[in-house]
Amino acid sequence: MAFYVVQFLTGLASAASLFLVASGLSIIFGVTRIVNFAHGAFYMIGAYIAFTLTERLSGTFGFWGGIVLAALAVAVIGVIVEMVLLRRIYHAPELFQLLATFGLTLMVEDLVVLIWGPDDLVGRRAPGFRGAIDFFGQNIPSYDLFLIVLGPVVLGILWLLFQRTRWGVLVRAATQDRDMVAALGVNQKWLFTSVFAVGVFLAALGGALQIPRDAVHHAMDLRIIVEVFVVVVIGGLGSIVGAFVAAVLVSELNAFGILIFPKISIILVFLVMAVVLIVRPWGLFGKPEAAARKTPGLTVNPWRPLTSSERLMALAALVIAAMLPLFAGNYLLTVASEIAIFVIFAVSLHFLMSVGGLASFGHAAYFGLGAYGIAFLAKMAGLPMIVCLLLGPLLGCMGAAVFGFFAVQLSGVYFAMLTLAFAQIVWSIAFQWVNVTGGDNGILGLWPSSWAASPSRFYWLALGVAALVTVALRAMVFSPFGYALRATRDSGLRSEAVGIDAKRIQWTAFVISGTTAGIGGALFAYLKGSVFPDNLGISLSVDALVMVLLGGVETVSGAVIGAIVYKALNIWLVSQTDLSKLVLGGFIMLIVVVFPKGIVGMLEMLAQRRKKASPPGSPLLAKPIESAE
Amino acid sequence: MSVAPPLLAVEGLTKSYGGIHAVRGVSFSLRAGEILALIGPNGAGKSTCFDMLNGQNRPDSGHVRLLGEEITGRKPREVWRLGVGRTFQITATFATMTVRENVQVALISHGKQLFNLFGSAPKFDRPEAGRLLELVGMGGYADRPCGELAYGDLKRLELAVALANQPKLLLMDEPTAGMAPRERVELMRLTARIAREKSIGVLFTEHDMDVVFEHADRILVLNRGTLIAEGSPAEVRGNPQVQAVYLGEGLVYDSRHREGAST
Repeated sequence: MAFYVVQFLTGLASAASLFLVASGLSIIFGVTRIVNFAHGAFYMIGAYIAFTLTERLSGTFGFWGGIVLAALAVAVIGVIVEMVLLRRIYHAPELFQLLATFGLTLMVEDLVVLIWGPDDLVGRRAPGFRGAIDFFGQNIPSYDLFLIVLGPVVLGILWLLFQRTRWGVLVRAATQDRDMVAALGVNQKWLFTSVFAVGVFLAALGGALQIPRDAVHHAMDLRIIVEVFVVVVIGGLGSIVGAFVAAVLVSELNAFGILIFPKISIILVFLVMAVVLIVRPWGLFGKPEAAARKTPGLTVNPWRPLTSSERLMALAALVIAAMLPLFAGNYLLTVASEIAIFVIFAVSLHFLMSVGGLASFGHAAYFGLGAYGIAFLAKMAGLPMIVCLLLGPLLGCMGAAVFGFFAVQLSGVYFAMLTLAFAQIVWSIAFQWVNVTGGDNGILGLWPSSWAASPSRFYWLALGVAALVTVALRAMVFSPFGYALRATRDSGLRSEAVGIDAKRIQWTAFVISGTTAGIGGALFAYLKGSVFPDNLGISLSVDALVMVLLGGVETVSGAVIGAIVYKALNIWLVSQTDLSKLVLGGFIMLIVVVFPKGIVGMLEMLAQRRKKASPPGSPLLAKPIESAE
Repeated sequence: MSVAPPLLAVEGLTKSYGGIHAVRGVSFSLRAGEILALIGPNGAGKSTCFDMLNGQNRPDSGHVRLLGEEITGRKPREVWRLGVGRTFQITATFATMTVRENVQVALISHGKQLFNLFGSAPKFDRPEAGRLLELVGMGGYADRPCGELAYGDLKRLELAVALANQPKLLLMDEPTAGMAPRERVELMRLTARIAREKSIGVLFTEHDMDVVFEHADRILVLNRGTLIAEGSPAEVRGNPQVQAVYLGEGLVYDSRHREGAST
């Protein structure tokens, strides 16, 4: 019995940090609508700076002062980030902000290694909380008890801050309707900056407080950000109390999950999240999100099929690409094959995200399922490559059919989070079901049949499939189904009013997209000769998002360009420098700030401008004058 | 009169939110080709009433029948398939698509081609899309992005979209809200002409009494969730109860007022 009580208390102690970070994320999202991917990075910097400060400063004050100073220092960094980076992109499409903060995360990951080195750092114990308390023969670290008390105290302080101060009232008002708050004469800029500072302070404090419990290391950002997403989604975005309850729930699930279901402990949390999202899509304490006001005058270049000359150009590009084996070596061909495969992956996500307006944060699940499909068929059933390639993606298709059915019941950020949760579930299964998947060791020895074995042949195969998939999905964009899908994205109300069953359309799109990703994964398995849980991991899902956003989420062909640029740059940087993440992150942020419409979007805009400059007095200008008289 | 069921028959429609009776026992009917206005002060229950007709909202009790067929509680998309077009108080259109594409989506849905993956949507029934746009006077705007349109044009586009499935009944929630005075008159004339030509029944809610009295064949007056009057424009105008409800808002409807309003 005592053992369970101690386990429960350990869970509560873990909840404190999680709550701090999650409440920060929640506050920032509530007001600025930015899903701050860099929140984990701020948490990590907080821990690193606190480590340094507590090492340098001595005594009791040195430790506690160091923790608070670290959090304040990170808050200042947060303010700079907000003013220099985020302010420029508040009006960019929602997901671009995510991309920018992701770029920041990449940079921070390399920076902390550069400054503090790659090794784990074990911090000082907290003065006054060094020992443990005996509880019926079980030890409880006294620092855990401190954290257990700290959680509710911070909750109370935040509650007072939001209920009793003018600033808190403004924040709550902005969470409900920020346009209205701006219309009432509140300086939105400073409100956003201060909210961001408070959110970042909380994240850094959460990180700093972890150092007596856990070693500081340079991968702690990704681990916490996923957990924090889960907490915020279960609790309800924008709700502090929700963040607290969910942090406790998640920490307890972790603490007891290990005891009761050691095999599926990771899945447990995500299962709970999936159930919560399906039963209460806006979280336990959240409110259904009001439809965001569309910025008036926001127009997108109407999509149109390629003209015949553009088709010829695309064909010419394909022919040139096909001639690559004539002058490229084996290494380059392998790289090119990988790029072609990522084009397939990016195009599959683009179909769901740009055409359907459903941004999947866990698209790697279907890519990885396709890869595992190949591994099962080739290694266990011993089927030949061509059969495997045809059947393997079906695993991605089935995964998409099951998860997609639930996911399309939601939309927006919640859709993104649910897909992320599903991807984590699949990842956990691949990771923990060692008997079947080989766990972390993966499944090795998947080699292509002789007809596709040489690098040039495999390249042609990958290129051919990529071209086929791209053409097919592009055709679907301009098919009646594609119109219906875009209709559900643009206006749910209107599409329902013209007889469209939006959920069924979106589900179909999800399955098409997942199957296509599975095709990419199948080829990837053969290219690498192996399958690992990483093939369905978060970083791969993020890669897909970045490729689509980089190309231009509002364009039809952005995904292809985005995939080529991002993947080529990525591979090249990794081979050239140890600081590839730093450079890549900087590049992503630059793109976001300078070309918020993505590479292709920018090119289209330039072309449009040139066109518009020529005919004077176009009907576009004449119209408003006419109706205003 | 024959015994054929009316186009739309509403019987004892009731809806309450908590303790508030938004709509109480509303009954009326509508013939094909008839233009019926539903008016009443703010909060009278017009929108609630309206939303219950095409399945946007579920009544607590009561019946809605379309040509004798029970459609109460059906989903909006099912009601649309039975031949009921709808426009919204705040326009709902597909903002990133062109004007023609907006109409084509409705035509694709009407033609049951929604799951056609490999056809060509840009070529889908262009002639009909063109005809519908001509009909509402938007023929010259077919290739314009919908997001660029002025508000009045969006309203006309919505009308074209609502007509795409050759409806028997049009439900228009404040069709002229937010429009300039001249645009209002034009849009309602257009609607009335189309309704007469194609024998479509039209039910609309409206705050602009000029529009109501000029175009409605019959008027229903709703106040605090119940119908307090029904009849021709002349009858409704002379109804003391209606005057009492509206005089509270300081409005008087006569020809002098109307001339004053349209300058």
